[in-house]
Amino acid sequence: MNRLLKTRELWLALAILAVLVLVTIRFPRFAQPGNLLTIFNDTSILMMLALGQMAVILTRSIDLSMASNLALTGMIVAMVNAAFPMIPIPLLIAASVAIGAGLGAFNGVLVWKLDIPPIVVTLGTLTIYRGLVFVISGGAWVNAAQMSPDFIQLQRGSFLGLPILSWFAIVVAALVYVLMTRTPQGRAFYAIGVNPTASVYTGINVGQTKFWAFVLSGAISGLCGYLWISRYVIASVEVASGYELTIIAACVIGGVSIAGGIGTVAGALLGALFLGVVNNALPVIGVSPFWQMAISGAAILIAVVLNARGETRKGRVILKRAEA
Amino acid sequence: MTEPILTLTGISKSFPGVRALHEVALELYPGQVTALIGENGAGKSTLVKVMTGIYQPDAGEIRVRGQVVNLPTAHSASAAGITAIHQETVLFDDLTVAENIYLGHAPKTRFGLIDWQTMRREAQLTLDSMAAGIDAGMPLKELGIAKKHLVAVARALSVDAQVVIMDEPTAALSQKEIEELYVLVDLLKQDGKAILFISHKFDEIYRIADRYTVFRDGEMVGKGMIADTPQGEVVRMMVGRSVDQIFPKRETAIGEPVLAVDGLSHPTEFEDIAFAVRKGEILGFYGLVGAGRSEVMQAVFGMTPVSAGTITLEGRAIAPRSPADAVEAGIVYVPEERGKQGVITGEPIFKNVSLPSLGKTSRSGFLRMAEEFKLSRTYTGRLDLRASSLSQNVSTLSGGNQQKVVIAKWLATLPKVIILDEPTKGIDIGSKAAVHEFMGELVAQGLSVIMVSSELPEILGMSDRIVVMRDGLVVDTLDNDGLAPETLVRLAAGIVEDAA
Repeated sequence: MNRLLKTRELWLALAILAVLVLVTIRFPRFAQPGNLLTIFNDTSILMMLALGQMAVILTRSIDLSMASNLALTGMIVAMVNAAFPMIPIPLLIAASVAIGAGLGAFNGVLVWKLDIPPIVVTLGTLTIYRGLVFVISGGAWVNAAQMSPDFIQLQRGSFLGLPILSWFAIVVAALVYVLMTRTPQGRAFYAIGVNPTASVYTGINVGQTKFWAFVLSGAISGLCGYLWISRYVIASVEVASGYELTIIAACVIGGVSIAGGIGTVAGALLGALFLGVVNNALPVIGVSPFWQMAISGAAILIAVVLNARGETRKGRVILKRAEA
Repeated sequence: MTEPILTLTGISKSFPGVRALHEVALELYPGQVTALIGENGAGKSTLVKVMTGIYQPDAGEIRVRGQVVNLPTAHSASAAGITAIHQETVLFDDLTVAENIYLGHAPKTRFGLIDWQTMRREAQLTLDSMAAGIDAGMPLKELGIAKKHLVAVARALSVDAQVVIMDEPTAALSQKEIEELYVLVDLLKQDGKAILFISHKFDEIYRIADRYTVFRDGEMVGKGMIADTPQGEVVRMMVGRSVDQIFPKRETAIGEPVLAVDGLSHPTEFEDIAFAVRKGEILGFYGLVGAGRSEVMQAVFGMTPVSAGTITLEGRAIAPRSPADAVEAGIVYVPEERGKQGVITGEPIFKNVSLPSLGKTSRSGFLRMAEEFKLSRTYTGRLDLRASSLSQNVSTLSGGNQQKVVIAKWLATLPKVIILDEPTKGIDIGSKAAVHEFMGELVAQGLSVIMVSSELPEILGMSDRIVVMRDGLVVDTLDNDGLAPETLVRLAAGIVEDAA
């Protein structure tokens, strides 16, 4: 199975490379290292969000509220910053992670204690969190002039030649990788996704495990709330509206199985990167936005077909799938 | 001699790395029951899937009444008159009995719509002809597993199937329900159907089969008439060696009570349950399916909340509210349904074994896979698990080996009490003997074993004492000392000592 996943990730990497090559043929300066780093930096937020979503999807759940969580947390820290510019930015970042985790925990508690299907819970909180953005801001924007210079500049700085934002993505990816592959909690995410019943009989608390997945996706959403606002220097009700679907798309393209239990950090990152390349590179060669959407959509379908084939090759028979 | 209805010749089927079937042949005759015998992994299920259009054979021929047929889909198989009744019935809980019987071939009105009245009437006629005592208008989910089997048989009759495949139909049935099934098989025989009967139980095979075909490692190794063949010879063909169905004799010193349960009650499933299992003892739980045995065990394991009662482990009162609590206290449970409740299919062996012991194999919250492999090697080795490597996916293992993985997983947690729920249900004779032998070793090491089983030879062969349950109550607790099987069956079924 691992070998299969690796080849799937390899194919995805090749697909990304193919897009890059195609664009470079038309526009030679595109492939310069600086430009590639820019694309990576532009995709950093999506990569982090995809990792959070992956943890949730692994447990046979889904988090539709990530983008709303991001917008709400972003609005809160932006308003705090506007009102109290003396609060140090690292503290604000920590606060955004905590607020996001709290909003994720709310999803998690509803899923765990009340046993409501995750899609319903997060469909509700998607609207609630988005509504709260309006409630706390009164519909007003927080713009660049109101934000402190540190608030805007921190993630633009660079370290070892990479923007700080990219470093955020690298660190989050490393942490999630360790969590997924090197801790009992990570093992539990996979186990309850593959077979929740047997997991219960093994002494794993399925509801609690889902809860932690939601806390993780919430914490990442919160962090990305700060990063998003400081990057685009505008906090409004419309921030990242509809972005939850892009996050899920990145996961699916990256080979994360919507049925749960299957997915890797590398896959989710490549899935996000693929969307990043498509959305950043195609405008360069004058491909219309419609075609960008069509290409993203086709990528999702191709990924799903490949995943389905990969899973049947593993020896799952038709009947079992029909019974499940 | 009559001609076979269905003839398979030279059927081969391979999966990556596995040769499931190699040039096997099978004939099914009208009005006769052919038993398909073989250890788990011998290729029986694969053959059934080939016959029902779910798998395509790599080579070989399928003839129905002499005509070569192609079965590219499940639908084409049923159109060719082949139908299967599975171990776990493939029916729809939320539909009515009549809808289940006629799903896919419902009678139509002249406007092409479903003729509900005719369907309901025909379904009821079929059910009545079987003396099933089922109302065709009932939702299926209100029926027990045995009645669901009857519905599956009624469905087979309604599609006018010529070939009926019964894949371990009695695995989940009680003795009384099995008797009813035999009557049905006779009914199908009289109707001239050709029946393929797959079972691990020899008494059953010798009771109802006319012919047999034996598979071993994907090849056909023998066939003939049941009446002409002694059991020992069939067993020899099946395992390639002769196996004594003798339970391992062991001498253990039985000590103090380890786990004591008193007055345990549940609002609907069981009431006032009391039993104690002692150190080094195997306590058997016998009863009909639905007597509440598994439910009691699940309550002891913390899966089901109880309304009253106490559980005492080594003199200390415990109240496990989750399986994690129970495992922590030293009680583990090997559930009945291996595939659904036991193994995490799709994950490798070592991850399955280490899953409840990750706290032990990790250091400061980080997994150490070398330790996990060591743990898995130790415990699977003791059970003689057959696998190419510990990284092998458990879904590729046979039922018997999957059961060993589940047991190894629990042994690694160093439990005090191990509860085995139907530990050998549906696994082959070789693995069965291994599990039985291992149970003997467990108690020799001072563990306490609770074994829920519906198989009389197993209960009588393995238990030191036997608790008999009926309708959610403990009927009696007996010392297993020259106990007659009839006594147990009587107690379990609630038959009062009759004059004859």
